[in-house]
Amino acid sequence: MQRRLTGSANDPLIRARYRRESRFKAYSITALFVAFAIIVAFFTDIISQGYSAFWRAEIEVTLDYNERAERIGRFAIPEDLREIVSRGAVRSIPLQIRNNPALAGTSRTEWVPVYSRIDQYLKGKEELPPALVRQVDELKAAGVIRTTFNWAFFTSGDSKLPELAGIFSAAVGSLLVLAVTLVFAFPIGVMSAIYLEEFAPDNKLTQAIEVNINNLAAVPSIIFGLLGLAVFINTFGVPRSSALVGGLTLGLMTLPIIIISTRAALRAVPDPIRLGAFAMGCSRWQVVRDHVLPLSLPGILTGTIIGLAQAMGETAPLIIVGMIAYIPEAPTSIFESATVLPAQVFTWASEPRKAFVEKTAAGIIVLLAILLTLNATAVFLRRKFERRW
Amino acid sequence: METEVKNTTSAGAATMAQKVETLPSERQTATPEVKMSASDLNLWYGDTQALHDINLDMYAREVTALIGPSGCGKSTFLRCLNRMNDLIPQVHIKGNVMLEGEDIYDPSVDVVQLRTFVGMVFQKPNPFPKSIYENIAYAPRLHGTGTSRSELDDLVESSLKRAGLWNEVADRLDTPGTELSGGQQQRLCIARAIAVNPEVILMDEPASALDPLATATVEELIHELKDNYTIVIVTHNLQQAARVAGYTAFFHMGRIVEVNDTDTLFTNPKEQRTEDYITGRFG
Repeated sequence: MQRRLTGSANDPLIRARYRRESRFKAYSITALFVAFAIIVAFFTDIISQGYSAFWRAEIEVTLDYNERAERIGRFAIPEDLREIVSRGAVRSIPLQIRNNPALAGTSRTEWVPVYSRIDQYLKGKEELPPALVRQVDELKAAGVIRTTFNWAFFTSGDSKLPELAGIFSAAVGSLLVLAVTLVFAFPIGVMSAIYLEEFAPDNKLTQAIEVNINNLAAVPSIIFGLLGLAVFINTFGVPRSSALVGGLTLGLMTLPIIIISTRAALRAVPDPIRLGAFAMGCSRWQVVRDHVLPLSLPGILTGTIIGLAQAMGETAPLIIVGMIAYIPEAPTSIFESATVLPAQVFTWASEPRKAFVEKTAAGIIVLLAILLTLNATAVFLRRKFERRW
Repeated sequence: METEVKNTTSAGAATMAQKVETLPSERQTATPEVKMSASDLNLWYGDTQALHDINLDMYAREVTALIGPSGCGKSTFLRCLNRMNDLIPQVHIKGNVMLEGEDIYDPSVDVVQLRTFVGMVFQKPNPFPKSIYENIAYAPRLHGTGTSRSELDDLVESSLKRAGLWNEVADRLDTPGTELSGGQQQRLCIARAIAVNPEVILMDEPASALDPLATATVEELIHELKDNYTIVIVTHNLQQAARVAGYTAFFHMGRIVEVNDTDTLFTNPKEQRTEDYITGRFG
């Protein structure tokens, strides 16, 4: 019997087809591999640079609240350790003594952070003079210097001393800014989308509005910063550098994203649901409130979270409205000067001192962790409440 | 209302178009009460005319079937009867539709109110993604016809019973309506329509998305509902029209070609086009 189905190996046309297919597949796999390798390289680099910032070296030292320390805290440190103990650890001693005179003349032993260059040396990132190296090594061998988890990185604000600098004030700033953005952009965005999608007649005007909203989403963010500067600061006198002006500016930027994603979510609600409700004698608003909105809410929330995540990573427009500032104390209201996480990263990145390199990377890690959490929440919401018809 | 004679069973070889001009005195004495009637109804989608001079009476407590090939305008006409076409932009309507002497296209008519008198069931079952109970209780609560919990409980029960669904779902009123089978969903939609206590129920191919068994159940239900409601049903299925409808109107190219009591229309059509359609020569 002649077999007709196995002759393709000899058919040049079919062989060429298979060759082309495997070549295309190889290209695709290469592309995927390159993309994946870039991501892995990025994360590896950031994490390897930044993880050390989550630890810090501390030294056990006896602080002597003597007469000279009443004026300059540094004199509380034993003379041979003044090169090693962080100045930041003792700068509040004069104030402590003033507030509580009973402290004068006493002494206490406690663990305090070391000077950032010593910290960097212990992490293998910086060279020290040989004499100092010997002293530090001896202290470490004697157990006087230890390495602990750097809680201060999460609980304190920015500082000019790298060993004391933390992300707390920037995180609070980011939170306040996002709250303002949400309160400003969510209701306006959702309402606009509902009107455009459910109520507006389809005419030239609404089409023009639609096109412009879509364009707005593609406007470079720095333009929104200029708009925020001109409108909120110059016209309405909103305090410069405040979370309020930052939030409003990012709100302008987030608005089109929320409108577009809300409209997509509303459009995803099948028409038979609307028709069924209309046929029951619902008014348009009742149809929207009782049927369309409950079904599209997960989609709306997903879009909003993604919009907020994008706003949270934004720096350029905030530079324009003065939110790139040195903020050691966390703001307590939206009217106070504040900075945000990406701006803090930017500030640290422009510091010349070596010890700020790991701070920068650690700031990026925290920012990425928050953004990934936000996006994961969005994906989770979408999966959980997704309906199919 | 003087033009409402045209779809009686009065004898004569005249076409339906001519019958419109026949005198009221010729109206058959046994003619049942007219519930809704369309006269000289024209409808345009933008510049395209979809309905031409439609004249049709729909009798109280009768089933009127609208048949015809796809795109003939029968669904469009059905949606004129509860003004669902209002939702489509660029629809323009001329002529009038009377519901017991009231023109439903009169500017003073409230569409929301009209739709509580003229309910609708769609081709694809479209229960709300809410519980079975909520599907039915929603509209009465909205319209204030059922307010207390016990009133609503009664209404839900009676509506489901009339729709022949009560025995199947009585013990799971809290499950989503969307989890029922297709046939059950469609009966739920019918129950939902009944709960508003309408006088007319419009059905747009209510069984076309269902399997034969579910179709039979729905058809039986239509038969029972006929005793209390005026039903207008669009169907592609000629056998279905023959089974459920007392009167049938044949639509073609946006016009009513012929309308008569179902038996006569199917066994003794007066128009060649009707005969061609019901014998399957086109459609």
